[in-house]
Amino acid sequence: MQYHLRDIASVIRSKNSGPYELTFDVIFAESGMYEKVKAANIFNEKMFASLYQIPVEHIIKIVHFDPAKAVKVTIVRPIPSGALGETDVYGAQQHAPLMNLSFSL
Amino acid sequence: MEEIRILSPTAILGYGFPVESFEEGMKRRPHVIAVDAGSTDPGPYYLGAGKSFTDYNSVKRDLEIMIPAAIEAGIPVIIGTGGGSGARPHVDFCEKIIRSIAKENALTFKLAIIYSDMDKTVVRQKLAKGEITPIHPVPELTEADIENAVHIVAQLGEEPYIQALEAGADVILAGRSYDPSVFAALAIKEGFDKGLAIHLGKILECASIAATPGSGSDCMFGYLHKDDFVLEPLSPLRKCTTLSVAAHTLYEKTNPYILPGPGGAIDLHQSVFTQIDDNKVKVCGSRFVPTEDYFVKLEGVKRKGYRTVSIAAAKDPVMIEKIDAIVENVRARVVNNFKLYGITDFFLDFKIYGKNGVMGMFPNSETRTAHELCIIIEAVADSQDQADTICGFARSTMLHYGYEGRISTAGNLAFPFSPSDFKVGEVYEFCIYHLMKVEDPKQYFPITYSQFTNGN
Repeated sequence: MQYHLRDIASVIRSKNSGPYELTFDVIFAESGMYEKVKAANIFNEKMFASLYQIPVEHIIKIVHFDPAKAVKVTIVRPIPSGALGETDVYGAQQHAPLMNLSFSL
Repeated sequence: MEEIRILSPTAILGYGFPVESFEEGMKRRPHVIAVDAGSTDPGPYYLGAGKSFTDYNSVKRDLEIMIPAAIEAGIPVIIGTGGGSGARPHVDFCEKIIRSIAKENALTFKLAIIYSDMDKTVVRQKLAKGEITPIHPVPELTEADIENAVHIVAQLGEEPYIQALEAGADVILAGRSYDPSVFAALAIKEGFDKGLAIHLGKILECASIAATPGSGSDCMFGYLHKDDFVLEPLSPLRKCTTLSVAAHTLYEKTNPYILPGPGGAIDLHQSVFTQIDDNKVKVCGSRFVPTEDYFVKLEGVKRKGYRTVSIAAAKDPVMIEKIDAIVENVRARVVNNFKLYGITDFFLDFKIYGKNGVMGMFPNSETRTAHELCIIIEAVADSQDQADTICGFARSTMLHYGYEGRISTAGNLAFPFSPSDFKVGEVYEFCIYHLMKVEDPKQYFPITYSQFTNGN
């Protein structure tokens, strides 16, 4: 069955984790769906690198955090916060591709 | 002591809080009021320019409630990362506010100020000894980075705060601090578990953001015990739930299980979040794991030049179709026009909102284009004059540029403002974000004390 991430997540967000990293949080609305997504390893380096069109080596960590029914992806910020070429100093609007993500389970 | 009670009025000093929530907090007889005033989130400008990202009156309003209430209750007020970035000018900004509150309210108290500015000579010596390491993915520190840095600050842990508390300080204002330290210092001084104290501080530093509905401008209360801590929001509108607290643990972190700070990390693998009633959550199991050597985090920025921007927009469908080529041709014209004149060293950028303005960092991840575009032309150069020149010339060139297939020949851009160009001023970039080994956690953080009697 095909799922859209925005239909099964209660939070999808991005933010700086310090000036040199960007971190993405997806908190699922209910634990059954969280467990399924975790078991199917939907959030993996290859998927995320392809979604953001970045090298796989730029993914620092993908971690599932059971107490919050959440998955967290942290990547190298393409440029440090506020460097020339910046478009989002806080990194708070880089989550849009996740909003449009769909996958089958 | 069986319990330490901590009142966190707001997520950032100057973000405000409802007085009703603060009064609820004071009714619970806190042992300390603590607040974090800083963040690197607003970018490198504020550390570089020595300016606070929060406003004078907003900060004064918050402190004018906190300080007199704490003095009356006989408890300390602890302020971390004064002025937002914690370098000398930022701390001075906050000190000025405290002095004015003391005078206007004829207050009697002892003020401690802890500075966190790092001497470049010390940083150079540490670099030479191999005692500075980058925090991945930051590059290795160079002599040039140190030379070019405008301000360098180090994040202090709880140790200098404990020293000031032991000296009898009633109000402590500090430079750049590890956010949880202000909340954890008194508890660690009294012998409470450091892992729990810092984890509690990590949540309290964002005040009610860890509640639901979350807010960065409402109070949160923490109760620390021997084996656990409890969180309670102080507004009847909010609740702490196991989910809201656990979800907050993810916020702005790289890894929610390991949260590094000065001298070690808190390990949350064994943390258990329990709902104890409708709006309170209990946490236990968090542990502090010290590192073999004690490291503090350095932050520094360098000046890159001066910025001028022009704000414009386009609605013409032919123009929108050709926008990438237009940008490249305008850029080439600008470079060519000033090459012989001698202005060659500048940064020129076109942020195209409606296309990839927001996610310019990931140029290939989204490719849809809207029916109208906002175009921000940005020039950064060695002087404000040169930035004005480059931005102005790029703007006039784009306005009248005869792109292929052009039908609308009167002008390509819609300007919302006259003047169309804005001088932004100095531009900074982060150049130091490294760990530095120290022998003593208090060594580089000098403390000065002043006694106020009836405001003087």
